[in-house]
Amino acid sequence: MTDAHAIKPHLSREHLLDLLREMVRIRRFEEKCAELYQQEKIRGFLHLYIGEEAIAVGAMRALEPGDAVIATYREHGHALARGVSMDAIMAEMYGKIEGCSRGRGGSMHLFDAATRFYGGNAIVGGGLPLAVGLGLAEKMQKRSGLAACFFGEGAVAEGEFHESLNLSELWKLPVLFVCENNLYAMGTRLERSESQPDIHVKAQSYNVPAEVVDGMDVVAVEAAMRKAVAAIRSGAGPILLECRTYRFRAHSMFDPQLYREKAEVEEWKKRDPIDRLLSWMRQSGALHDADLAAIEAAVAKEVDRSVEFSESGKWEKLETLTADVYAGEVPP
Amino acid sequence: MTAPPLPKQGPEISYREAVREAIREAILGDPRVFLMGEDVGRYGGCYAVTKGLLEEFGPERIRDTPLSESAFVGAGIGAALGGMRPIVEVMTVNFSLLALDQIVNNAATLRHMSGGQFEVPLVIRMATGAGRQLAAQHSHSLEGWYAHIPGIKVLAPATLEDARFMLGAALADPNPVLIFEHVMLYNMTGTLDGAGPVDIRSAKVRRVGRDVTLIAYGGTLFKTLIAAETLAKEGIEAEVIDLRVLRPLDTGTILASVRRTRRAVIVDEGWRSGSLSAEVSARITEGAFWDLDAPVERVCSAEVPIPYPRHLEEAALPQPPGIVAAAKATLGR
Repeated sequence: MTDAHAIKPHLSREHLLDLLREMVRIRRFEEKCAELYQQEKIRGFLHLYIGEEAIAVGAMRALEPGDAVIATYREHGHALARGVSMDAIMAEMYGKIEGCSRGRGGSMHLFDAATRFYGGNAIVGGGLPLAVGLGLAEKMQKRSGLAACFFGEGAVAEGEFHESLNLSELWKLPVLFVCENNLYAMGTRLERSESQPDIHVKAQSYNVPAEVVDGMDVVAVEAAMRKAVAAIRSGAGPILLECRTYRFRAHSMFDPQLYREKAEVEEWKKRDPIDRLLSWMRQSGALHDADLAAIEAAVAKEVDRSVEFSESGKWEKLETLTADVYAGEVPP
Repeated sequence: MTAPPLPKQGPEISYREAVREAIREAILGDPRVFLMGEDVGRYGGCYAVTKGLLEEFGPERIRDTPLSESAFVGAGIGAALGGMRPIVEVMTVNFSLLALDQIVNNAATLRHMSGGQFEVPLVIRMATGAGRQLAAQHSHSLEGWYAHIPGIKVLAPATLEDARFMLGAALADPNPVLIFEHVMLYNMTGTLDGAGPVDIRSAKVRRVGRDVTLIAYGGTLFKTLIAAETLAKEGIEAEVIDLRVLRPLDTGTILASVRRTRRAVIVDEGWRSGSLSAEVSARITEGAFWDLDAPVERVCSAEVPIPYPRHLEEAALPQPPGIVAAAKATLGR
């Protein structure tokens, strides 16, 4: 897996269209979720990934089916890009039993065994130790998989970030730490919570190789990921990628965004990862006139179908409320 | 602490050695099993439980961890998700609070929250309890907190047989299981004649009696048995139940005994307020209220952080005289 083909993304027209399609799928899915939230079809917390799509899409293209993925509560994009069906994700938003977590998790807790998607973790930093353990399991069972762990920059203030980097490097575990640095931990800007706001620098304290990546550039993310994945598979131990990005929408649906200037949001929107890939494809002649319209049409159909699928889904019966708390029958 | 004399046919073995044998057997029997924790390897274990295991099994299977409770407990959960059968040792229950997020928010929730797709077949062992003059950050009995959490099982082996065989049952269980080993039991010795695999579902009657039911577990079991002997000299025959499993509680065994004796005393080294003893008491009043001849009594630790000086530590903990007095109170004596 260390040959040049594996490391460099194939920048064929097909590949670029695939990246574009995946980002558009996430964007339109998230927009529909916001709409459904207003209609009270989706409840609870809802954290949208709009603006950050390049990271999940670029990253997942560099992973193999045998790899484990651990994400945060802003994980719809990761689940979609990993290959969890949009129907199952949307049904989970609705809380229906057809959902990828049987409706029990909702927006923040998407799980899927088939694609080794381990959530959907809504305690900031809590997913990192799981990734260390999943990496340990790969190594001890002499499998070639790795654990790819996504987390926001807010998580680096948690002890679990430091403990996990240290332990994974100490044991040279196949773990890829992907920090999605969108500058704000809910409403707290990075400089207001970190004495050292350069996150990749922190990794040096643990001898973990780290790199800064333009998280608004899907091709750059994929290239960095492929390089890191190849190094990890060759036994180099963990690597951290700090992907610099920005969320265009509020933290959740309850956020009036008093902590940031509209001008800042507008400035970052000029670097929209979808627009950026589109203009690059246009310049290089990889985008044909009908491509975008075709993608949008197909995605719109897929999104509509996922809504219909969820609307017609079923609620879990009250009799099975406590099923799966334990394996087997365990009295309270 | 002195245990009642056990038959002496076979070789003497300590509780500590019984746990070690259980770990050895598990590692030898399943390539997915490994042990990790602070100082379990080169040091031999804080309470010497794992002495010699690093030499026997090597650093892959016996893993010394940094002092990162959250990371190594979480790594145990992740490794279990990834197909391993980890045994994680946390030095004491007090330190486990640094891993509470992983235990409560991850280990206990993942199966249900994922719609049954994932399971966490993990065992976490830790020392609990007071008696070694280790003061207020190494002596507490917080297993009752864990017994509050749906999604995990909580065990308290008090006998050599349970120390030797509960671990195997816990590893065979697909759920996350926490095992609490009372620090005052590690030096207890006896033989394992006739001992064999045990279940992790039921409470056990350790002494049969008709006048009052004494309910204990872990470190308080032998204090309670001593109290029962004292009571016997005064003509009071106490039945002693060893809870063994703190979650799920074996309510049936408790109620069956209390319905016969019509009196109950719960002995718990945890504090009284909001405790496991409160839960057991509630279940007795819910299930056997009309059979009771006296209010349920409780003997718990004084509501104080465990102090260092021996006389204060002893005064803070349940002791046989207090258990005797509580039992007599239920009989109006």
